[in-house]
Amino acid sequence: MAAAEPVIEISHVATRFGDHVVHEDVDLQVLRGEIFALVGGSGSGKSTLLREMILLHQPDSGSIRILGTDLQSLDEAGANALRPRIGVMFQHGGLFGSLNLIENVGLPLREHTRLDEATIDEIAAMKIELTGLAPETGAQYPAELSGGMMKRASLARALALDPELLFLDEPTAGLDPVSAGGVDTLVLHLRELFGLTVVMITHDLDLLWQVADRVAVLGEGRVQGIGSMQALAQMDTPAVRQFFEGPRGEAAARRSSVHPGDGPWKQK
Amino acid sequence: MNPTSVAPAAFAQPTPSELALSGHWTALGTGELGHTRLAALKPQAGPVVVDGAGIDALDTVGARVLQNLLHRLQQEGHEVQLRGWSERNAKLLELAAHRPDAPPAPATEPGLVERIGHATIGLGEHARGLVAFVGESAVALAGCIAHPARMRWRPILFNIRTAGFDALPIVGLLTFLIGIVIAYQAITQLRKYGADVFVADLVGVSTVREFAPLITAIIVAGRSGSAYAAQIGTMSVTEEIDAMRTIGISPIELLVLPKVIALVIALPLLTFFADVLGIFGGMLMARGQLGMGFDAFLDRINDGVSVTSYLLGIGKAPVFAAIIAVVGCYQGFQTHGGADSVGRQTTRSVVQSIFLVIVADSLFSIAFSFLDL
Repeated sequence: MAAAEPVIEISHVATRFGDHVVHEDVDLQVLRGEIFALVGGSGSGKSTLLREMILLHQPDSGSIRILGTDLQSLDEAGANALRPRIGVMFQHGGLFGSLNLIENVGLPLREHTRLDEATIDEIAAMKIELTGLAPETGAQYPAELSGGMMKRASLARALALDPELLFLDEPTAGLDPVSAGGVDTLVLHLRELFGLTVVMITHDLDLLWQVADRVAVLGEGRVQGIGSMQALAQMDTPAVRQFFEGPRGEAAARRSSVHPGDGPWKQK
Repeated sequence: MNPTSVAPAAFAQPTPSELALSGHWTALGTGELGHTRLAALKPQAGPVVVDGAGIDALDTVGARVLQNLLHRLQQEGHEVQLRGWSERNAKLLELAAHRPDAPPAPATEPGLVERIGHATIGLGEHARGLVAFVGESAVALAGCIAHPARMRWRPILFNIRTAGFDALPIVGLLTFLIGIVIAYQAITQLRKYGADVFVADLVGVSTVREFAPLITAIIVAGRSGSAYAAQIGTMSVTEEIDAMRTIGISPIELLVLPKVIALVIALPLLTFFADVLGIFGGMLMARGQLGMGFDAFLDRINDGVSVTSYLLGIGKAPVFAAIIAVVGCYQGFQTHGGADSVGRQTTRSVVQSIFLVIVADSLFSIAFSFLDL
């Protein structure tokens, strides 16, 4: 694997909503095969940056390159060619309420491939199982699912076309610790299987310590710090420090050093 | 969709017992291959060597398609050997292995009799639910009348404005046009008997007794009844209704009663406005077609349209209002699940309230005819 190849290059991105400046000057790179986390307080522009990376929002200035494609100069055909290479798991699932899970997961395959119906259903069932859901869940509708199942189903749909790049928006928010631990292992497992690059927004300190290779802290419209959690822990920037101070930050750091990669929360 | 410029998945048979794979066996690349070409593949009997050395890229979709092929070959009695597969690709192929416990077959479609039975039971339950809801609302209303301090005046006034005042232009315009249409038809028919001065009676009575209350109710059902259902339905999807209950606020008191009371006040007023505009439309048409002056027309209205007729028309409006508001709110509370449920219940609220309004109107006609009104 060419380790140093960047799949996401963001340079000098600025975003404003009216008078409100979200990003002043954001620079960051994500490398192939990396698990990259974006963190920051509420309103620090993480979600906006994510929306810009998945082609839902245009920054006011600066450039974003995803998988070698410049988003600024992208036409509709180019965007349509890029979209199947990207998978997105939305915070609240974003599953279509009128379709059951098999149909939800199969939808990208139906749109973008010329496979026959039976194969699509089989692949969808495979993806559903891969994310740790029981095969019977496939016939259920999103409204019948619990929060954790919804996230897994959303992940299964994001993986439908075997994307090179996977975006996760708050993958563990609203989950119980056991399910959240399941997400930790699932993300690592997926990278191992498919060599995926994963970009996630999260506040989950355990997820950051256990899973993320590198973390970028956003604040005041800029990247305040970037690096592994160990490297960030040494920084003095106040916006970065808040993730390591306080009882929760310290406990998460302790857990990661006591049982590196093998905490009790990872048992499923 | 033009997938990519990569080499699509392909296969060749260098010898009858060999299968050499090449290209991108991925979600986008495999599609080019076509299902039929794989199905038509019939190697010579005996062992088959599947050569994976030429594969440029493989993902789970391609792996699954290949597994289906291998599975079929094995079913046909071939012994399958893999050759030249990279470790990663072999692992992916393993992951996509055929599992005997495939997804369970979807439940069989129920038969005609079963469907009719389900529909009948559903209809019965629905009617019972509506009656129960009316009862619940009536109890809440009685509670509010007993303790007037609990009445929520702000939402009542707000609803009178949105459902009543804001509907004035559309109600006025439509009844005005209907007044013109009735007058035109009446004039052409009455002229044959030389009775065209009676156009005023016809326009007056039909507008005041039937058209104004009915058209107004139908417009309001489409305009406000649907809004009630959509609002309450969305609130129930986003758990706002549950939140209200846990805080100790009765959703019926806060959401339903103000709407019902507001509409019961607003609809008669709208109906009166519709009466005026409908008669005005007829009056304009009578002047245009017959040269009948406004004074003469209004004189005929005075003689022809009794106060009873007028009051009967206006009197129907509160009943229609209650039907529209209660059905809209009831359908809103019936919403469960997601966005498409909101849409379904909103449609139902409009269809049912219009249906019930027309049924009620016909019942009024029957009752009035017995009472000789």
